[in-house]
Amino acid sequence: MTALEASGTGKGPVVDAKASAAGPHPVTPATDNAKKDTRRKWLEIAIFVGPALLIFLTFVVFPMVMAARYSLYKWDSRQPFELAEFIGFDNYTRALIGGTDPETQEIFWKAYAEPFWNAVGNNVQIIALSMLIQLPVAMLIALVLNRKFPGRGPTRLIIFAPYVLAEVTAGLMWLMLLDPRGPVTEWVQAIGLPTPPQGWLEDPTWGFWTFFFIVSWKYIGLAIILFLAGLAGVPEELQEAASIDGASWWQVQWRINIPLIGPTVRVWAFLSIIGSIQLFDMAWVLNKGGSTGQYSTIATLMVDIGTQRNDGGYASALAIIMFIFSMTAAIIYLTLVMRRDTAGSRKGA
Amino acid sequence: MATDTTVERKRRAPSTTSRTRTRLQGDSSIYITIFVALVAVGFTLGPIIYLALGGFRTNGQLAADPTGLPDPWVWQNYWNILTQGNFWQYTLNSLIVAVATTAGVVLFGTMAAYPLARYSFRGREGIFIIFTAGLMFPLTVAIFPLFLLIQDLGWVGGYWGLIVPQVAFALPVTVIIMRPFLAALPDELEEASFMDGLTRVGFFFRMVLPLAKPGMVTVGVLAFLGSWNGYLLPLVILTGRDAPTTLPLGVTQFQGQNAADFAGIMAYTFLAMIPALVFFLMMERRIVDGLSGAVKG
Repeated sequence: MTALEASGTGKGPVVDAKASAAGPHPVTPATDNAKKDTRRKWLEIAIFVGPALLIFLTFVVFPMVMAARYSLYKWDSRQPFELAEFIGFDNYTRALIGGTDPETQEIFWKAYAEPFWNAVGNNVQIIALSMLIQLPVAMLIALVLNRKFPGRGPTRLIIFAPYVLAEVTAGLMWLMLLDPRGPVTEWVQAIGLPTPPQGWLEDPTWGFWTFFFIVSWKYIGLAIILFLAGLAGVPEELQEAASIDGASWWQVQWRINIPLIGPTVRVWAFLSIIGSIQLFDMAWVLNKGGSTGQYSTIATLMVDIGTQRNDGGYASALAIIMFIFSMTAAIIYLTLVMRRDTAGSRKGA
Repeated sequence: MATDTTVERKRRAPSTTSRTRTRLQGDSSIYITIFVALVAVGFTLGPIIYLALGGFRTNGQLAADPTGLPDPWVWQNYWNILTQGNFWQYTLNSLIVAVATTAGVVLFGTMAAYPLARYSFRGREGIFIIFTAGLMFPLTVAIFPLFLLIQDLGWVGGYWGLIVPQVAFALPVTVIIMRPFLAALPDELEEASFMDGLTRVGFFFRMVLPLAKPGMVTVGVLAFLGSWNGYLLPLVILTGRDAPTTLPLGVTQFQGQNAADFAGIMAYTFLAMIPALVFFLMMERRIVDGLSGAVKG
């Protein structure tokens, strides 16, 4: 129908526009007019997509390809790349197991692999703790706040506010608060609890947990607000019907609200995992990941090595490893989502 | 707070078997809600308020009593930062970079999303996948080769070295949000416009851009915030004597140079937070929409 209308007006594009919304490209007759239209169409596409694609390929894809290349070289980044020496996957094996040469392995394990696995461990712990601590806490708060109460609007606004602050400013703020002679130390001592002897952030055992606390302060608001947005979409009749049938508050939450905001939780989990893998600013501002790497991340390690030690090849290898982590997370997420969606549609059909 | 919970228990106890107990709206459990809300608000705002108040104290006051209130109130810290240093210059630099980044992202992102949403052509899905794959290339990962590229272009220490990569890395989210948005514009509108003699390019400028404004505001807000808060890229790119300094860099520089001046650092940090907070108050809805829309796509 649309095709007829379109050819009636003598304007091919309508066909395509309609088709793009509907799916496959319809077969258009190869008249001269159509050919001209096709050429014009490709020109338009090039003009519209071209600039974005060019910028994207140059500044996102190209650097990644170069990182993959640099990662195979031994390269002092103060020197031109021409002087770099090809060493295959040595940078990777150094990070993972301290290199393959038995003579240097012990030294390299200490110099490369230990900091690397320490950083990976920190990243992984942050992801795990986000799921085990931030998720339930945020969920509970969201469920309790999911109703009308005086001051609801301002409460939501305030809870979300830390998310928009720069990690730098939030980090410096906590650096002040957590100073060994600062207010938090005083308060904790005032109620008679022990404080870490080397300071909240510098202490080998407390440092990581302090860092995780700061990260949670900044990011738990995002979880709460996303969950609340999801809960707003749960039909009220469902909850009312359940409670009339005698379901307790907990049962309503557990059986209705939490399952129904599953998609929102998945979105949050994905954002959180990707964010945790890339964590840099906060850790860097807080004394570059801690003096003994208590909360160093792969990213702080990479920047440290790239800028302080000028080891371009090794820093690039770390970048590629980080990329592989992000990609794995994204693929797992997409497969899970797709499996859910197809499972749902099969059930529906 | 203790009274809240006891009141709650007292009022709930007799009605345990009643249906209304579990009703979600309108019974005494509202005290729990308010209690939780107050704790959450206090936990969020407390540190920021402490920071702001700390800026009104002297280092002597802070050392003598870290948890006290300003006594007397000292305006010197804030006054010095606002009148003497480079605070305004840094703010302006951040603003220039953020505005240019936002403009670039919104313009190029919407332009790219338009054919991907409304044209049918071979390779369309391929191009879209290339953009979405960009979500897996965070700026952090590419920072090192990106720096080398910027260096080759001679952009180190200047605005362009910041703006163009930021646009590039914000494009994936923008295209992902804008594409379904543009695809949802009614086809009848397009047909009517063509009847009236508009070309597709004309349709884009005359109809799509005005109608896509809400979506563009959303992606623009996200891009602005990302640029405004950015730290790693300015840290790496804005080196050299004459390089402009953005606000996040400025704060850390101040802290580095005045490590012992706790009151000054607090004042500076709080001042640096204010623009983001103001922007957030104006744009809260858009930010939440954008974030939840970005991945659902």
